Order: sequence, then C-alpha cells, then structure tokens
Amino acid sequence: MTEQNEKPLDQSVIRTRQRSRAVVMGLVLGAMVILFYAIAIVKMTGGGAS
Amino acid sequence: MTSTTLNPSSMTADWRDFLALTKPRVMTLVVFTGLCGLLAAPGHIHPVLAFAAILCIALGAGAAAALNQWVEADSDRLMKRTAGRPLPAGRMEKTSALHFGVGLSFFSVLTLGLATNWFAAAILAVSILFYVFVYTIWLKPRTAQNIVIGGAAGAFPPIIGWAAVTGDISALPIALFCLIFFWTPPHFWALALYVRPDYANAGIPMLPVVAGERETRRQIWGYTAIMAIAAFAPVLLRLTGPLYGTIALLSTAYFAFLAFRVFRSQEMDTTKMKAERALFRYSILYLFVMFGAVVVDRWVIG
Repeated sequence: MTEQNEKPLDQSVIRTRQRSRAVVMGLVLGAMVILFYAIAIVKMTGGGAS
Repeated sequence: MTSTTLNPSSMTADWRDFLALTKPRVMTLVVFTGLCGLLAAPGHIHPVLAFAAILCIALGAGAAAALNQWVEADSDRLMKRTAGRPLPAGRMEKTSALHFGVGLSFFSVLTLGLATNWFAAAILAVSILFYVFVYTIWLKPRTAQNIVIGGAAGAFPPIIGWAAVTGDISALPIALFCLIFFWTPPHFWALALYVRPDYANAGIPMLPVVAGERETRRQIWGYTAIMAIAAFAPVLLRLTGPLYGTIALLSTAYFAFLAFRVFRSQEMDTTKMKAERALFRYSILYLFVMFGAVVVDRWVIG
C-alpha cells in the first residue's frame, strides 16, 4: 500500500487538528458559561423582557 | 481509491470547516435583519438578552445551513460554485455535519427560549424546519418556484427579533417578512441567470434552467413590483414616518431601474451579464439600507 509512507504525516496532521479543535471548543464552552451566567443574573434581577 | 486517502483527514475535520458549514457570509444578512426586527420592536429588552437572541438567530441560521449542506452534499459536488464546500471536497464526514447541524439547532432554539420567550423560540424552530424540510428536501429539487417559497425561511429573522422583545407579532414585522419574501426571487434569480450552467449540471430546476431566460427576466420584474408594494406597506399603514418613506422611495426606485434593465436585456452569454450582476450586488445593499431605515425611522419617531 502506498499510504504506509504517508501515515506518520497523517497522524501529525490529525493531532494538530485535534489540538486546535480542542482549543476552539474550550473557548466556545467558556463563552457559553459566561453567556448563561449573564442570562441567569439578568433574569434573576428582573431585567428580562416584559 | 481516492476515498480511502481522503478518509483520515475527513474523520478529523478542521474547525474552520465547521465554521464554513454555517455559511458565515449569509449569516451577516440574517443577523442584521434579526437585529433590526429587535430594535424596531416597541418595549425594552436587556442588552444581554438582546445579544443572546441575536446569537441564537445566527446559530439557528448556521444550523439550517449545515443541514442544507448535509442534504445537498452530492449535488454540491456537481457545481463549480459549491464544489469547494467541506462535504463535497471530502474534508469532512457527512455524519459530522449532520450531528453538528442537529446539535446547533437544538442549542439555538432552547437557548432562545430560556433567554427570551418560547414564542420566539418556536418561530426559530419553525424557520429551521421549514428551510431544511420544505425548501431543501421537498421543493428545491422539484419546482422552479423553489426559491420563492424557500425565501420564507430567510424572511423569519426580523419576526424572531421582534418576538424576542414583545412575545408576539404585529403588522410591522409581517411587512418586513413580506419585504424579504418578495425580495428573494429577484435577488436570487439575478444570480441564477449568470450561474445557470452550474444549476443545469447539478440537475436543480432553477427557473432559468426550466422556464428559460425570457421567463426568468419577466418574473424578476414581476416580483420586483410586488416587493415595492411590501417596501411601502409600512408607510401606507403609518407604521413608519417620512424618513423611511423617502429612503424606501429612492432605493426601491433604483432597484426597479436595475430590475428593468435585467428585464430588457437580451444577453445570452453568462460571462457578459453585467446587468444581472449589478442587480444581484445592489439587492444585498438594498436590504441593508431598507432595514437600517426602519430602525432609524422608528427611533426618530419613538
């Protein structure tokens, strides 16, 4: 199989992608925590839409 | 086999490909019209909740776009314009796009419901379902009027933005809905005229492919006339003032002028369709101007 030679390269590409996906996912989740915290505070202090 | 060499990289798609799946450029128009609906509505909404509402409308549109590409992966491969998208290009697994789209749909609807109200959330859910099932799956591959009915999905954002504030809908958001609804055919068919060979290759029955150029030009002109009525409805119903009226008159007149040029054009060579490109480009600006005008006018009055 010709793909045998490409395997290490593929592995490193996948690792890099996994790492950047983990970073982006972490940022998204962090943003969600802040958003839900803010929504909860606004709702509890009665600032919601009437 | 090419599919085996593509597999390792498509199994772990780059995060940018997930972003591309949401069609961020289409989203700008959705965010803007949704925001205008929200700003034009009477009553008060806390900025945090307003931000959450717009975010949810954008995510809902992104979810619908992802599901649309999941359905159309095979036909997208046949069109030059869409062949580079993550799925047809083989950079992502189809199941990933499906999971991403369904997940994003639930998240956007539930978050909108929690942040604002469940009426707005229900309209968002209906608009996503409408875009995926009625437009993408049912009508787009079957009828040349697909874009007309499909345009309804793109017309929902101002209604959702309005409902997020008031919890109901009234005449003005319905007028804004009609404006986008009747704007979609001239906007999209102007594009379809000069990318016609693409749609013909993919077997999608777009109007220029099925009914011909002459008929498409006639219908662009016809829908522009109906769109103009929708554009002036807020003035006639006294929902907006002279500021909106003036801007609507000028920008709609120019829209009609460009649409008339397309109507009169005999050009058959898709690479030389200047009038069509001009109408398509201006139509996007037009919608931004009209919605901006509604908000500014309402703020001047109120």
